[in-house]
Amino acid sequence: MARITLQALAHSYRAAPTKPADYAVQEATHIWDNGGAYALLGPSGCGKTTLLNIISGLVNPTRGRVLFDERDVTGLPTESRNIAQVFQFPVIYDTMTVRENLAFPLKNRRMPAALIDSRVAEIARLLDLTPHLNRKARRLTADSKQKISLGRGLVRPDVSAILFDEPLTVIDPHLKWELRSKLKEIHRKLDVTMIYVTHDQTEALTFADKVIVMSEGAVVQTGTPEDLFDRPAHTFVGHFIGSPGMNFLPCVIEGSRAIVSGHVVQLPQTYPVVRGSKVELGIRPDFVQLVPAGHGIPVRVERIDDLGRTRIARVSLPQGDQVAATIPLGATVDSNAAAIAIDPSRVNIYVDGFRLTPEEGKI
Amino acid sequence: MDKPYNNKAWLMVLPVFLIVAFSAILPLMTVVNYSVQDTFGNNQFFWNGLGWFQELLDPNSELGGRFVDALWRNLLFSMMVLIIEIPLGILIALSMPRHGWGVAASLVVLALPLLIPWNVVGTIWQVFARSDIGLFGWTLNKLGIDYNYVSGVLAAWVTVIVMDVWHWTSLVALLCYAGLKSIPDAFYQAARIDGATRWAIFRAIQLPKMRRVLIIAVLLRFMDSFMIYTEPFVVTGGGPGNATTFISIDLVKIALGQFDLGKAAALSLVYNLIILTVCWIYYTVMTSADSDEGSAAP
Repeated sequence: MARITLQALAHSYRAAPTKPADYAVQEATHIWDNGGAYALLGPSGCGKTTLLNIISGLVNPTRGRVLFDERDVTGLPTESRNIAQVFQFPVIYDTMTVRENLAFPLKNRRMPAALIDSRVAEIARLLDLTPHLNRKARRLTADSKQKISLGRGLVRPDVSAILFDEPLTVIDPHLKWELRSKLKEIHRKLDVTMIYVTHDQTEALTFADKVIVMSEGAVVQTGTPEDLFDRPAHTFVGHFIGSPGMNFLPCVIEGSRAIVSGHVVQLPQTYPVVRGSKVELGIRPDFVQLVPAGHGIPVRVERIDDLGRTRIARVSLPQGDQVAATIPLGATVDSNAAAIAIDPSRVNIYVDGFRLTPEEGKI
Repeated sequence: MDKPYNNKAWLMVLPVFLIVAFSAILPLMTVVNYSVQDTFGNNQFFWNGLGWFQELLDPNSELGGRFVDALWRNLLFSMMVLIIEIPLGILIALSMPRHGWGVAASLVVLALPLLIPWNVVGTIWQVFARSDIGLFGWTLNKLGIDYNYVSGVLAAWVTVIVMDVWHWTSLVALLCYAGLKSIPDAFYQAARIDGATRWAIFRAIQLPKMRRVLIIAVLLRFMDSFMIYTEPFVVTGGGPGNATTFISIDLVKIALGQFDLGKAAALSLVYNLIILTVCWIYYTVMTSADSDEGSAAP
C-alpha cells in the first residue's frame, strides 16, 4: 500500500531537450494518496500514458524522482515495483488456461503452491472467473480477457497500485459499464491505489474519486468530478469535460456585474479588477436556456441538436460567438426571435484562460 | 433467394484453365502415360499396366529395394534438417536486433544464402569441403579429424546436412523474425510486471505467437528437403556408393541414365503422392488443432 509521489518529474523522448515543447511530460510534482481511485484524462498525445509508464517503470524519467511512500523507486525495474498494469489490449498467455494465467506472476515469484491455489481461487471469485478457470484463456471474450489481465495484478499480495492504460478500448459498449462497476467494486473491497488513463470523460468521471486533466504534457487540473464540472480551472478543462463543452463568451467584468454582448448579467459574487487581458464568461450549456426574445440576450438560432433526453440549440451572438444552450422541455422554438438566459450562480470568469477566483461570495 | 446466375462468368476463368492445363495437367498426364508403359527406345512403347507400380512397392524387387533405401535416406535427411534448422532458426530470430541499423544489416546477411542458386551452393561446398584445397575440409583434417566426403559415408552426410543448414536456416529465421515482430510491446511489458524469466517469456509469449509461422516453416523445409536434388548431386553425386542417393537423384539415374521411362514415371508419381500426403496430413492436423483452441481470436 503506497502513496505515490512524483517529485519534480519531467520526461522527454528527445536526447537533449531544450525548450518546453520537447517534453512529453512537463516538470511538476504530484502526490497521489494511498487507496485513491485516480483517472488521468486528456486527449491523445497529452502525455498521460508516458506518465503512467514512468510510474510503472517502463519508462525512465528524464528528470525527477518517483517515490512509493518514502521509498525511491526511480531506478528500480518494473518487476521490483509493487505495481501491476492493465493494457489497452488484453494481454493473456494464449497457451495457458485461465488458472495458469492467474498463477503465472506468483509462480514466477516462487510462491508455495498451496498459497498460489488459494490466491487464484480468491481472485477468480472476485472477478467472476471461477467457472472459466480450466478453460484456455484465448477462448474467452475480450472483457473476460481484460479481467484476466487485471486478475494477474490483483493476485499478487504485494501489489499496492494498479495502473490501467485505456483498458476498455476494445470492450463492447454494453460491457463497458459492467466492467467499470466491477473495477469500482474491487477498488472498494481492496485497499489498492488505482490509476486509470483514458481519453473518455465518462469513464474518468464515473471511475475516479479524483480526475487529473492533462493537456500538452502538463496537468491542468486535479479535482473531483464535481470540481471539473462546476469550477473548471482552465478553459481547456471546460471545453474538454462535458458534452457539449462549456461556453465561453467575451465579457467585461465590473465587480459583480458581467457585461456580455451589451447585456448585464448580475453575478452573486464579486471579482477583482482586471485590465487589458482576455476576459471570458464560462457557462455550461446545461445552465443556458433558450428563451423567447426579450427575456435575455438576443441570439440567432443556427441549428438544433436532438440528443434524445435534451435538445441543444446552437446559437450565435450578434458578434458571432457560438453558444450551446438547452431548450427547456416542451418549449417551442421561434428561430427568428430567440434569446438566451444565463443562470448567474453557475458562471465562472476566466482571464487569459485561467479561472478568476471571486473576492467574495461563492458558488 | 434468386441470385442472377451468369454463365458468361466462366469465360473469365477459361484462360486460367488453359494455362493450368498446359503447364501442369498435360505434362502430368504424359508422366501417367509413361508409368503404364515400357520402352526399348526407338520411340516404341508397350503396355505394362500397373507392373511398374507393383515392382516399385515390392521391396524384394530391384526397383523396390532401391526405392525403399532412398526413401529412408530422404526421411532421415528431412528429419535431421528439421531438427537442426528449426531450433537454430528460432535462436537466430530471437537474437536478432529489433531496432536500429542492425535490423537491416542482419536481414541482408540472412538473405544472402537464399539468393544463391542451388547448383552454385553445391559448387561452393564442393570446393569448401574438399580435404586437399577446401578451407573447411583442410582445417578439419589439420585438426586431426579424418574427413573426406568422397570416401567417408559420415563425412558425406555431414557435408550435405551442413550445406542445407547453411542454405536454408535463414528462411526459418526470417519467418520467425516476422512472427516475433508482430508481438505487441505490451506483452513484454506485462511479462516484466509479472516477473517472468527470459525462458518463461519464450515459453508463454514468443513460442505461441510464432506458432503459425513455424507451421509454415516446417512445411516448407520438409517439402524442400524431401525433394532435395541439386546440392548433393553436385557435391557427392549420390555417393560414396549410394550413401547420399536420395529419391530424386535415383529418379534421374533411372530416367536419364538407364532411360527406363516407365519405371521413372511410376517412381515420380509415387514420390509426388508421398510429399502431397505428408504435407496434407501435417497441415490439416496443425490447422485444425489451431482452430479448435482459437475460437475467440485475440
